[in-house]
Amino acid sequence: MIATFLIQDGVTNGAIYALLGLALVLLFSVTRVIFIPQGEFVAYGALTLALLDGGKVPATISLLVCFGAIAFLFDLWSMRRGTDARTFLRSLALNLVLPGVIYGITIMLAPLDLPSVAKALLTILIITPMGAYIYRIAYRPLADASVLVLLIASVGVHLAMMGLGLVFFGAEGLRAEPLADDNFSIGSLMVSAQSLCIYGATIAIIVGLYLFFERTLLGKALRATAVNRLGARLVGVRTHLTGVTAFTLAAAIGAVSGVLIGPITTIYYDTGFLIGLKGFVAAIIGGLASFPITAIAAIGVGLVEAFSSFFASSYKEVIVFGLIIPVLIWLSLSHGFHEEE
Amino acid sequence: MNANLLELSGIHVSYGRAEVLHGISLSMKPGSIVTVIGANGAGKSTLLNAIMGIVPSSGTIVYDGKPVPRSVEGRVAAGLCLVPEKRELFATMSVEDNIELGGFLRNASERAETREEVYARFPRLAERRKQLAGTLSGGERQMLALGRALMSRPRLLLLDEPSLGLAPKIVIDILNIVSELRKTGVSILLVEQNARAALEIADEGYLVELGEVRLSGPASELSVNPALMESYLGTHS
Ligand SMILES: Nc1ncnc2c1ncn2[C@@H]1O[C@H](COP(=O)(O)OP(=O)(O)OP(=O)(O)O)[C@@H](O)[C@H]1O
Ligand SMILES: [Mg+2]
Repeated sequence: MIATFLIQDGVTNGAIYALLGLALVLLFSVTRVIFIPQGEFVAYGALTLALLDGGKVPATISLLVCFGAIAFLFDLWSMRRGTDARTFLRSLALNLVLPGVIYGITIMLAPLDLPSVAKALLTILIITPMGAYIYRIAYRPLADASVLVLLIASVGVHLAMMGLGLVFFGAEGLRAEPLADDNFSIGSLMVSAQSLCIYGATIAIIVGLYLFFERTLLGKALRATAVNRLGARLVGVRTHLTGVTAFTLAAAIGAVSGVLIGPITTIYYDTGFLIGLKGFVAAIIGGLASFPITAIAAIGVGLVEAFSSFFASSYKEVIVFGLIIPVLIWLSLSHGFHEEE
Repeated sequence: MNANLLELSGIHVSYGRAEVLHGISLSMKPGSIVTVIGANGAGKSTLLNAIMGIVPSSGTIVYDGKPVPRSVEGRVAAGLCLVPEKRELFATMSVEDNIELGGFLRNASERAETREEVYARFPRLAERRKQLAGTLSGGERQMLALGRALMSRPRLLLLDEPSLGLAPKIVIDILNIVSELRKTGVSILLVEQNARAALEIADEGYLVELGEVRLSGPASELSVNPALMESYLGTHS
């Protein structure tokens, strides 16, 4: 009985870690960025949803407008040597008009007693564009930098986003209301509707990503960039285009994870980091390259975490992060001593 | 002389402190094949890479009467296309996907149309649509590289040793394809080790040595030039 409960708990958390892991693999393979702040999108998403639940206007929208404005300034700076009207208008629309519209919509809708699905969608709408702005501000100027420099930038972005989280959300933890609060019993197993939402959303995102990468030209361009950066440029795929697409997708996936996890855990401004690291363990096991291995490893991480928190709760994190060590040893042995560029 | 499709003047390229191109000038007319020949390390690939914008250069590149766009992608959109020495195919993607991506900047109907032309020109690729690019034979890989390049509907193709590592018979096939391509209106800047074969299909030739143009002129004249014959064509024909 306890075992089935632990398994269910583990799979539920594992599904969330899978989403995080997939986003990390996506970002690394396309942009070579090891994106430590992925968990921050989750925290922002969960906190935004919790505030909307309380009928409050989430502070995230001010943050969104700030990010957009800074991204616009970056665009202006790179356009300083002259530009065409189309580029300028596109930048204006993406960086100023879009966050403005989202701001307006949120102010209007927040006080209304929306159905929880609408609140979830609004949350995703608020968080998703942040991915594009963060790419523009922190990573696009570094497009040709080494993995190490990009990693250092990630540490900076992580600290900045966590600090902003503290400023905008405060130090108090919040918990969102479940998207649906029924429980079903399947035999002796009690399954909450929220867990079903989590499984459903995870599977939908995995299928969606698969179709995007296999069926659409833009998705193929992202894969091509991951396989051969120079080759992709030679067929006219702009590094900026794939970068902004990958970051927007990652932010959307992060927001969905936040919406899913918000109702089952109390989230603080800094909770994202730890959740993100668990997604990271899965992504590393997948070699930062394989989507299926990452997804399976994430479920494994969730299970190990559930069982170790029951049997050895004070060592829970140590055990989970310890999973990485054998994998790293195996990876370094199987790759021999070749340095990768 | 205003009718030149491409006009390079004073192209300098350095890798770090070492300058490898010391002011190259070259021009080519629309619809022509121009070949660049020279010893290993002369700077031929560097020249093509500079024209495509994947290595920074100084000097002026005028394409179609205007300064060439700044970014690589801008140059692709303007009709330049490079088949690089290392091909840079998407090895873990299918032949079909490689071809499709070649037309990334074209709309769906242009892509569909060009795809049929490419498969008609290279039936071997059509047979192997589903195969991964990395598992193709050397010759098939060259075909795929050419096919992918054609998908962008280039006006100026930059070919870096299209016959590299191929059996002599396939070299002739590939060069035949190159000279057929010209009939469709594409201009070609061809870098080739196989100087004799290249001069046969080219209109103009340039001999590059140590980053400078040593000789240039109509291909028919170069192929009988005594200095060139000695070092690049072999004394016996
Ligand atoms: N990325 C690089 N960094 C430093 N030096 C380089 C680089 N690429 C080329 N070089 C040097 O520039 C010179 C010209 O190289 P390039 O590849 O253009 O020659 P090439 O004429 O194409 O030769 P090959 O016939 O062997 O292909 C060579 O001396 C080479 O060592
Ligand atoms: Mg070369």
